[in-house]
Amino acid sequence: MKNLHIKVLALLLVMIGLGLAYYKVTRLGLPVLPAEQTEVWMVEARLAFEAKGGPVKVRFYIPSAPPGFTVVGEDFISSKYGLTTDDGGINRTAQWAVRRAEGKQVLYYRIELAPEIAPIKPPKEKVPSFPAAPDYPEPMGSVVQALLEEVRRKSADVASFSGELLARLNASNPTENVQILRKGIESEGAWVKQVIYILAGARIPARMVYILPLKGDISRSKLIPWLEVNNGREWLAFNPKTGSRGFPANALIWHVGDEPLLELEGGGSPKVEYSVSSRFQELVLVAEQRARQINSLIMDFSLFSLPVQTQNVYRVLLLIPIGTFLIVVLRNIVGIKTFGTFMPILIALAFRETDLLWGVAMFAGIVAIGLILRFYLEYLKLLLVPRLASVLVMVILLMAVISVLTHKMGLERGLSVALFPMVILTMTIERMSLVWEEHGPGEALQQGLGSLLVAILGYLLMANKLLEHLVFVFPELLLVVLAMTLLLGRYTGYRLTEIWRFKEFLRKMEMP
Amino acid sequence: MIFPWRRLRQQGVLGINQRNADYILPFNPRHHYPLVDDKRRTKQLALAAGIAVPKLYGVVEMVHQIKHLDKLLGPHEDFVIKPAHGSGGEGILVVNGRYQGRYRKASGVILSAEEIGHHIANILSGMYSLGGLPDTALIEYRVKFDPLFEAVSYLGVPDIRTLVYRGIPALAMIRLPTRLSDGRANLHQGAIGVGIDLVTGLTSAGVWQEHAIDRHPDTEGEIRNLRIPHWESILELAARCFDLVNLGYIGVDIVLDRDLGPMVLELNARPGLSIQLANKVGLQPRLQRIQRLSEIPSSAAERVALGKALL
Repeated sequence: MKNLHIKVLALLLVMIGLGLAYYKVTRLGLPVLPAEQTEVWMVEARLAFEAKGGPVKVRFYIPSAPPGFTVVGEDFISSKYGLTTDDGGINRTAQWAVRRAEGKQVLYYRIELAPEIAPIKPPKEKVPSFPAAPDYPEPMGSVVQALLEEVRRKSADVASFSGELLARLNASNPTENVQILRKGIESEGAWVKQVIYILAGARIPARMVYILPLKGDISRSKLIPWLEVNNGREWLAFNPKTGSRGFPANALIWHVGDEPLLELEGGGSPKVEYSVSSRFQELVLVAEQRARQINSLIMDFSLFSLPVQTQNVYRVLLLIPIGTFLIVVLRNIVGIKTFGTFMPILIALAFRETDLLWGVAMFAGIVAIGLILRFYLEYLKLLLVPRLASVLVMVILLMAVISVLTHKMGLERGLSVALFPMVILTMTIERMSLVWEEHGPGEALQQGLGSLLVAILGYLLMANKLLEHLVFVFPELLLVVLAMTLLLGRYTGYRLTEIWRFKEFLRKMEMP
Repeated sequence: MIFPWRRLRQQGVLGINQRNADYILPFNPRHHYPLVDDKRRTKQLALAAGIAVPKLYGVVEMVHQIKHLDKLLGPHEDFVIKPAHGSGGEGILVVNGRYQGRYRKASGVILSAEEIGHHIANILSGMYSLGGLPDTALIEYRVKFDPLFEAVSYLGVPDIRTLVYRGIPALAMIRLPTRLSDGRANLHQGAIGVGIDLVTGLTSAGVWQEHAIDRHPDTEGEIRNLRIPHWESILELAARCFDLVNLGYIGVDIVLDRDLGPMVLELNARPGLSIQLANKVGLQPRLQRIQRLSEIPSSAAERVALGKALL
């Protein structure tokens, strides 16, 4: 009954722990491995214009939750201008305004983007109504009709129709008809508008999308107009100049629609320039910002919200449960004897600062010298507490001497001895000397070496960078450790050392 | 090839994890522990129930009492000093005689009154107690063991450990002190454990330092086929201790005094597992048979009979 209870509890803990970790990996993109980095794009739009001296109002379209990216940072540099942003459905605008401005004005908009981890479903957009077929002027009308008729015969649906149409319109040796349609079109934007106009003849809803391809470091880049057609269910993107499907890789959708990106009142000769740069950033930081963006409470209450100094403390503290689990395994399953239940873990923590070899050497040295002094104290017949206190004083003096001597020798490592838990060392010396006296040096050395072995194993476990990263980024994994510890709490099997202890029983079996 | 733990399981050997999880935790409620951990309280309980125990000469509770030790020890030629909360036989000092105003330890070493005082001070400061808590020192009657054990014990008093589960004796052994154990009767300190047949009270072969032996390493005395005197009353005494403390899984330590007969020395709420090695018998099958009993007789004699019948 009790076992079932514990199993259910353990299962629950494992599920919570792993579930939370799974969520953090898949949704927030927290890295499973330490020091993972991701590319972060920084896109800057520079708006420059001449102000005429009166009030100035600038309206500028800015990206709104661009698909494929997570916005990890956004800021506006607008000095004396007042700023409002307006999130109007698919498009967002930023409005700068100032009462009085004269001369050259420069405004900046900056956005930092990281690749999206889990695609967020785009909000359902209303299916646009079929546009009315426009009344084309002649000779365009008949040309368009002929072209559409031809394309319709060679296509099956909206997608193939649009692809076919674009292929014809962009043919390298265009027919006469296409040449008529191409005439007078100079900018890319005008070309997309023309295609939309032609598509309307087939009553296919289409729209223009401004994109910014992110690749390498580019300055003075421009937005590229792209074409999207609606097939009654979703918008399909087409390259207006080749007819190929989809957006280019790493394309940032800046704006949907064919309105001018910048509207300026009270100024002239506006100019917008875009620059792109990329750098690598710790995944953890990106995930943190991502969590903030999708309003996940988990990161708000994570260890990352603590001051850095406290974070560093927890980086170590969270490793202790791993060490204690090791102790549980070594004591209850293997059956190793140690001085003090968790003493080896505290020693192992000290080893983290001193390095293993140095740590072991200094630990063995201090305990050995401490033992000698302790045996001398035995001769003085002191009471227990004063005797413990004297050993403690001597241990601290010993540590100081080691630090000073190694420092004089130019070995900075010796200074880290100060991190040894001296009270624990004192208790170890005391207990070791008692065991020595009562059960002989063999038993004392056995337990001492057992403690040291466990401390070394604990160190190897706790110095593991991956483990440190995992428990810090996913502290909920400690629930899994807790579950395993609970399960081991009801482990009634033999300890490995008991097989040795009861070997007489095994021998008896072999003889019958 | 069978895995070693499977073979241990087949022989019904009880491991320490299982002892703790299946017997000590459910059958020994924590709040009864002080009754057995404090030997003074155990003694009082036993006396009240009419169970024979070594006579308590005196108690030292505070360090300044050590000054008046001579007055306390004066009337007694020999005595035992032990911590009230000691475990594993640690901190026990046996004085079996005097020499020119000094004290002679069982091992023959002569101690001054000052050294005895230091030992008591160590006891008081909690050096031997569970958890290092301040303790009291008990001074009590030194048991003179039955001549039967003359040939098989060295410098100490052998004691009989009976494992009592739900008031029913399940397994017993006699623990013989050796030179290695310094006269103490704890197996992990080097004493010999010798199994005892519950029905007949005859000893079987022993175990010493986890090796099977049939002669005492120091005295060369044959340790097999000794008939333990007063066997019936020893078992009954052990069974009665269950009523005393209400712990379901205890080890009862009984000594045989040549004049006063069997006396309860102490009870143990966490009895060790070496008793299995001494008897070459796994505990599990017996404990399970006792566990299956729906009702436990209230009389100790009936429980002893039941224990023998269940073997």
